[in-house]
Amino acid sequence: MSARDDIFANIRRSLGVKGSETIRQQIVTDRLERSPKGVIPKRGQVSGEERIALFKTMVETSLATVTEVASAAEVPQSIALFLRNHNLPASLRMGDDPRLKSMPWSDTTLEIAHGPSEGRDLNAVSHAFGGIAESGTLAMVSSADNPSTLNFLPDNHIIVVSAKDIASDYESVWNRVRFAYGKGSMPRTVNWITGPSRSGDIEQTLLLGAHGPRRLHVIVVRE
Amino acid sequence: MNATPSSARPEKPRVGLFVTCLVDLMRPSVGFAAVKLLEDAGCIVDVPIQTCCGQPAYNSGDRGTTRDLAMQVIEAFQGYDYVVAPSGSCAGMIKAHYPELFEEDPNWRAKADALAAKTHELTSFLVDVLGVTKVDASFDGAVTYHDSCSGLRELGVKTQPRRLLASVEGLTLVEMKDSDVCCGFGGTFAVKYSDISGAIVEAKTRNIDEAHAPTVLAGDLGCLMNMAGKLSRDGRPIQVRHVAEVLAGMTDEPPIGAAKANAIK
Amino acid sequence: MTVHSTSPQFKQNAARALNDVQLQKALGNVKQGFIDKRQMAADKLPEFEALRDSARDIKNHTLEHLDLYLESYEEKVKASGGHVHFARDAAEARDIILNICRETNARTVTKGKSMISEEIEINHHLEANGITPVETDLGEYIIQLRNELPSHIIAPAVHLNATQVEEDFRRVHTHLDAKRDLSEPVQLLTEARAVLRERFLAADVGITGANFLVAETGTSIIVTNEGNGDLTQILPKTHIVLASIEKLVPTLEDVSQLLRVLARSATGQELSVYTTFSTGPRRSTDADGPENYHVVILDNGRSSMLGTAFEEMLRCIRCGACMNHCPVYHAVGGHAYGWVYPGPMGAVLTPSLIGVDKAGHLPNASTFCGRCESVCPVRIPLPKLMRHWREREFERHLTPATVRSGLQLWGFFAKRPTLYRFATRAAMGALGFAGRQRGRFSWLPMAKGWTKYRDFPAPQGETFQQRWKRERKGARA
Repeated sequence: MSARDDIFANIRRSLGVKGSETIRQQIVTDRLERSPKGVIPKRGQVSGEERIALFKTMVETSLATVTEVASAAEVPQSIALFLRNHNLPASLRMGDDPRLKSMPWSDTTLEIAHGPSEGRDLNAVSHAFGGIAESGTLAMVSSADNPSTLNFLPDNHIIVVSAKDIASDYESVWNRVRFAYGKGSMPRTVNWITGPSRSGDIEQTLLLGAHGPRRLHVIVVRE
Repeated sequence: MNATPSSARPEKPRVGLFVTCLVDLMRPSVGFAAVKLLEDAGCIVDVPIQTCCGQPAYNSGDRGTTRDLAMQVIEAFQGYDYVVAPSGSCAGMIKAHYPELFEEDPNWRAKADALAAKTHELTSFLVDVLGVTKVDASFDGAVTYHDSCSGLRELGVKTQPRRLLASVEGLTLVEMKDSDVCCGFGGTFAVKYSDISGAIVEAKTRNIDEAHAPTVLAGDLGCLMNMAGKLSRDGRPIQVRHVAEVLAGMTDEPPIGAAKANAIK
Repeated sequence: MTVHSTSPQFKQNAARALNDVQLQKALGNVKQGFIDKRQMAADKLPEFEALRDSARDIKNHTLEHLDLYLESYEEKVKASGGHVHFARDAAEARDIILNICRETNARTVTKGKSMISEEIEINHHLEANGITPVETDLGEYIIQLRNELPSHIIAPAVHLNATQVEEDFRRVHTHLDAKRDLSEPVQLLTEARAVLRERFLAADVGITGANFLVAETGTSIIVTNEGNGDLTQILPKTHIVLASIEKLVPTLEDVSQLLRVLARSATGQELSVYTTFSTGPRRSTDADGPENYHVVILDNGRSSMLGTAFEEMLRCIRCGACMNHCPVYHAVGGHAYGWVYPGPMGAVLTPSLIGVDKAGHLPNASTFCGRCESVCPVRIPLPKLMRHWREREFERHLTPATVRSGLQLWGFFAKRPTLYRFATRAAMGALGFAGRQRGRFSWLPMAKGWTKYRDFPAPQGETFQQRWKRERKGARA
């Protein structure tokens, strides 16, 4: 018997089932179809300005920084300012996200590179799929538009998120993912990011910038 | 918690005192303090012949002996309105674990459930069931209180003893650090894993010492003997008593582990 | 299969740990940090207790239908272009992983933190076959340099102090300036980051564990704070996920419930910094990510726990809260437990996986204080399960003979109340008389374990039942 069959047989023996019981199959199919929500904390169940305010508070709680701009056109200036304020070089890597590409980068003196990171970049910008107010989390989906490597390799990561994409809770983001990719399908990677990289492995001391970005900066675009 | 006294409660409830084997053998004065508190609160107290709730066997994996002892206790305490123990550990055994012992025996299971439902730890019985808010006692000085594990986590005994202590004239309660952390007793654990138990009680007595109260109280004699033994071994002059002794105003007996004549050597 | 375990020597391990000054200093950090942070996180979320119930129910439901959810998961992984391998035991898992590494001609393998990989001892196996495994979680990296096992499931190097880490870095990173300053923890972190960055970029295969597997989508999930798990899985050509069967959950909604209690219970964070959902290999629309995606699903004794009292243990989501709150763990640390899983969860799980004959001490070395159960995010009744192991030991006559005969003698009297009264009256009378001067004993026969560390308070002399009979019953009769 193959290992696979053996394991399934042993699971079924232990559970006292055959695997062919219609009722069990229905229960499982039903749960996978309906994906019922569980307990949703009230904290995130706010809308409009209140939700954006909560999101920003939670982003700061996660030790990231956050700023707001009125429109996408202001993003390049805002990033240039952020880099200048932190004495960082005026270079920036990004993917092919059309929302980022269409921004007026020529308004700045930033030197822009495109494509995934090979591990030598100081700064990168990505566009989030959405934000989650409940915990100040950014939801990123992988593609050439926003390569996963940009989320982890640069020292300073800037994430742009549209105010309209800031959801109350994780469940709302999954609904949008299903709408975009189909029920039961996922992009290759979804990254939830809640703050800059850190480690507490040395004497339980919290230190930022373990392997991923030392700084995480979030820009909320109001539009 | 803080249940108002039930209207179904008999005027003069008949309480069977589960003395606990440690109080029976080591420190009867705790039992008499419990009797006084119960009688002051209007109970008729009786003490049927008893030995032990069976915890040592239960925690050593000997279910057979445990069941035998549980049946003995169930029968002995059948006729009372309530069963009260000056111990969260023994009350917890009866309340939380007796029913588990008879999962496959509906007849005994029903009896175990009935006993569990009417069994209470002393301070929780006084406060939650009888609605007692103050006791008639005085005690001169500061005390600190250790929350014994079973009482705290199996029965939710935390505010009740503190509430009653607050009504003792002249007494101030000083909280120690980590009052809800185990003292390292654990029944036979203290003997089987004495090195570890020794380290845990060391941390506990350090916290007691740092509370700077001359007296430490708790609701379980096992924990008290453990802490008293460690405090006296280390020469820390802190008096150790069961909370019932202070609540009943019965502090004439020397503290646990202290000599008769002069309480602290 | 030989399991390398020192669990049978638990008592000796514990004694050594109690006398280890460095260790005792480091263990102080466990008591300080985790407990308060968890409490604060729980207090900040009014729904926390309800979420614990929800988490428990989700795991129970999944375990009851595990065969079907596994099938669904497997199908979805395949549909997304990944491969699923099943391993009955550690040896099979090792072979599967080695074969995948060989197919890709791998020379170095980076690893995200995975307790299962410790369970199957994959590092030794890879090394023996000429492949270099590199642990990338900072704590795991440190203990790999020291050739140690993790002492905690989420803080593997919690038993060490910064000075010890500094010594290891100086010993191993010989290519760096010997006079460099490493006196601050942040300098150690910066050095590890630079050293490991090169390793990440050079690796051929990345192995990660999985906190959860989602049946709905064929997704594997890892949770880290450092980002090392992500660099491990997106940079190399091949990503291997190593997970055990009980990591399954039905849907993305279900996993969201579990994630709400995981980090709060573990580190007191709202959410760990990086929660990564991976489904299959790189797509045509991707610019990076692994070209090959393999999942190795390990049983190693777990399927036999289903349908037994120990099924509840399979709910465990490895947050570490039980050990963070355990007085025994605080006293001796994780290594004393002698195998991969320490603390209360280890005391229940280890006997299931390596045998109660080897790990019998573990479920016995507990005061049953119940603090572990009170913080477990999936409400595993850990003391009850430890007691189950004690019962199995008692049934199988594995309980030490001295304990057994002591119990027997005590049981004999306890079951005979009249005889008990006479015997205890005599014994307490004598003991009370002997101890009346000092009020305590510094030494007692049969209680050496007790009197080694503390005095034994003397009894008052008369028993309660004796006095009661004399004062009350006698009076009334």
